[in-house]
Amino acid sequence: MENKKLYTLLVYSENIAGILNQITAVFTRRQVNIESLNVSASSIPGVHKYTITAWSDEDQIVKITRQIEKKIDVVKANYFTDDQLFIRESGLYKLSTPIVLENPEVSRTIRRHDASIIEVNPTYSIVMKYGVTDDIISLYHALDEFGCVLQYTRSGRIAVTRGMQEEVSKFLEQREKRLTD
Amino acid sequence: MKQKQITGSEALMLALQAEGVRTIFGYPGGSIMPVYDALYDYTRGEKKAFDHILVRHEQGATHAAEGYARVTGRVGVALVTSGPGATNTLTGVADAMLDSTPIVVIAGQVPIGALGTDAFQEVDLVGVAQPISKWSYQIRHAEDVAWAVSRAFYIARSGRPGPVVLDFPKNAQTEKVNYEPKHVDFVRSYVAYPTLDPNAVAQAVALINHSQRPLALVGQGVELGNAQQELKDFLEKADIPAGRTMLGLSALPSNHPLNVGMLGMHGNYAPNLKEQECDVLIAIGMRFSDRVTGNLKTYAKQAKVIHLDIDRSEIDKNVKADVAVVADCKESLPAITALIDKGHHKAWRDSFLPLAEKERQKVIEPAIHPKEGPLLMGEVVNAVAEAAPDNAILVTDVGQNQLFATRYFKYHHQRSICTSGGLGTMGYGMPAAIGATFGAPSRTVCCFMGDGGFQMCIEELGTIMEQQAPVKMILMNNHYLGNVRQWQDMFWNRRKSFTRMMNPSYALIAQGYGIPYEAVTEREGLADAVARMLATDGPYIMECAILEDDDVLPMTPPGMNVNDMMLSIEDKKK
Repeated sequence: MENKKLYTLLVYSENIAGILNQITAVFTRRQVNIESLNVSASSIPGVHKYTITAWSDEDQIVKITRQIEKKIDVVKANYFTDDQLFIRESGLYKLSTPIVLENPEVSRTIRRHDASIIEVNPTYSIVMKYGVTDDIISLYHALDEFGCVLQYTRSGRIAVTRGMQEEVSKFLEQREKRLTD
Repeated sequence: MKQKQITGSEALMLALQAEGVRTIFGYPGGSIMPVYDALYDYTRGEKKAFDHILVRHEQGATHAAEGYARVTGRVGVALVTSGPGATNTLTGVADAMLDSTPIVVIAGQVPIGALGTDAFQEVDLVGVAQPISKWSYQIRHAEDVAWAVSRAFYIARSGRPGPVVLDFPKNAQTEKVNYEPKHVDFVRSYVAYPTLDPNAVAQAVALINHSQRPLALVGQGVELGNAQQELKDFLEKADIPAGRTMLGLSALPSNHPLNVGMLGMHGNYAPNLKEQECDVLIAIGMRFSDRVTGNLKTYAKQAKVIHLDIDRSEIDKNVKADVAVVADCKESLPAITALIDKGHHKAWRDSFLPLAEKERQKVIEPAIHPKEGPLLMGEVVNAVAEAAPDNAILVTDVGQNQLFATRYFKYHHQRSICTSGGLGTMGYGMPAAIGATFGAPSRTVCCFMGDGGFQMCIEELGTIMEQQAPVKMILMNNHYLGNVRQWQDMFWNRRKSFTRMMNPSYALIAQGYGIPYEAVTEREGLADAVARMLATDGPYIMECAILEDDDVLPMTPPGMNVNDMMLSIEDKKK
């Protein structure tokens, strides 16, 4: 289990109820925790995209990916390592305004981390940061040092591949072509 | 032009008819009543399209559908109500999933307005069935019936077959619809038949041509792909000995010269040992179950592995493949056969013979021709196998009866075996045998059961009685849950924890159901009793009084290496 890496699965499915359940069940069956999960419409009409991260070794992630792709209404499933993807996620930090005002280091830290303050009122301030996981976590740790964090949350990862064409479009083209041939 | 509107229930009838369904195994209930009302018209008179077999428990309906599917290659159909009716089918659905058996289960459901309210007999069937089915879908409106039914049958039977569950809320059963037939034979997200890769074929051919000691492992994929002839052509040209998995037993006739027996924990001695000696292992439509491989860390490590399977997720799942040929074996086998050289492996094949002879002397002869003591399961199976017609179908329950029956029955025709291999479902035998009699009415159906499994779906005797289903039931009674008892004796210090069973009078039970019955207690009477059973039209129960501690041998203890297979219990001490 020392070979565990954070893998990102990109899964495309038809828009049919219950697919998310089927996908997560493949992880559950093998007792693999999902680190983050994002579901959205994809660039292809009627096709949903799931971006899932999980710690695993390659052997296991291959099996998980194939089991997911085997689901009837799953169009395509692939796994990636971070170097194969362009990745973003966002963090929201709710800070105590009195502490932020009291200690100018807080604002300097926010600026240094390239985060933005998006709302301020007398009791709390909202800070937002886009970036990769480590940057978002590192800002949290820095702010937490000041004792000013009231709430903190991180979004699921979204990712696009660094390759040229979306493989799924190619796959669907081939499938539709076979239908018309 | 105004179309005549029909109900969703009648649409279901037409959709099933369009799929060529002739036999439905089912059990009515509240949430499926509109369908049963429509079925009334479609099972008699001028609209008659189906035979409906009223089972006695919904689990029985699914196993019957499985037995029907296994012997015909067509999709078996089970029709049940919501709630408990639906949950009772889950064992059969899981069984069909593990054994790649095409069935469609149609279950009633509360109206969609009542979903999620804990309404009477409401269960989230799609939710619970998803992980154990190939596809599960809720038909929420009558207009979806034609599409969903056709898609269900396409998914169930195509590619690697499997069970499909259709959840049919009551509102959709009663809504009116302008019925338009639909024919689904394409689902863009589902590649039923992967395209054969010529490079993979070429690599497989190269390995086979260079091998000195090739061994083929034949699974049910060959039967499912209807590729028995293609298999023979391949094996004969390459001159490769072949072991069969339990579910693949009738993919190659027992008497074929290249057949070297059954694989697995209680399979034959020679192929198990030779898996550790071969240089190329060619797995054809089989999934390297743990019951076949034993300890994966030591399994066939010396061999290059070629894996032919239609399901890509099987590749590298348990055993790493050096060459994966992902396609229907009906297509991949001839492609390989066309390119390989004519093989000559007589010396290698002959090296199986001393091992087979050793097993025959130490295990088979004592099991099938014992000279003294109570009856043994092996001799009962052998007596039936010798007397049964060549086209007989073997149905087994699960446990020792299954292991003895699969070892000693003879397979001459394709689709000759129904057994619960993956899930190991006790109680499968009797209802599966019922299904087999409807699927193959001209063939003799021999169903071997132990006293444990016989009682697990014993209610289906009612179905057998009502339908006069000609199931030849061979009840091998040893007053034990024999397989667990054997393991207790071998691995649990002979502590027989709850494996001894008190039995009812099966003679009286048979009498109650009006089924002819005969008890066999003496070796001398066995052959005549078998002859009487086979000569009797309709169902029959032959109860045999079996030695209480008859053990199934040979055996590879669970998790051990396949070459550590034991021919006798004493071997364990070594």
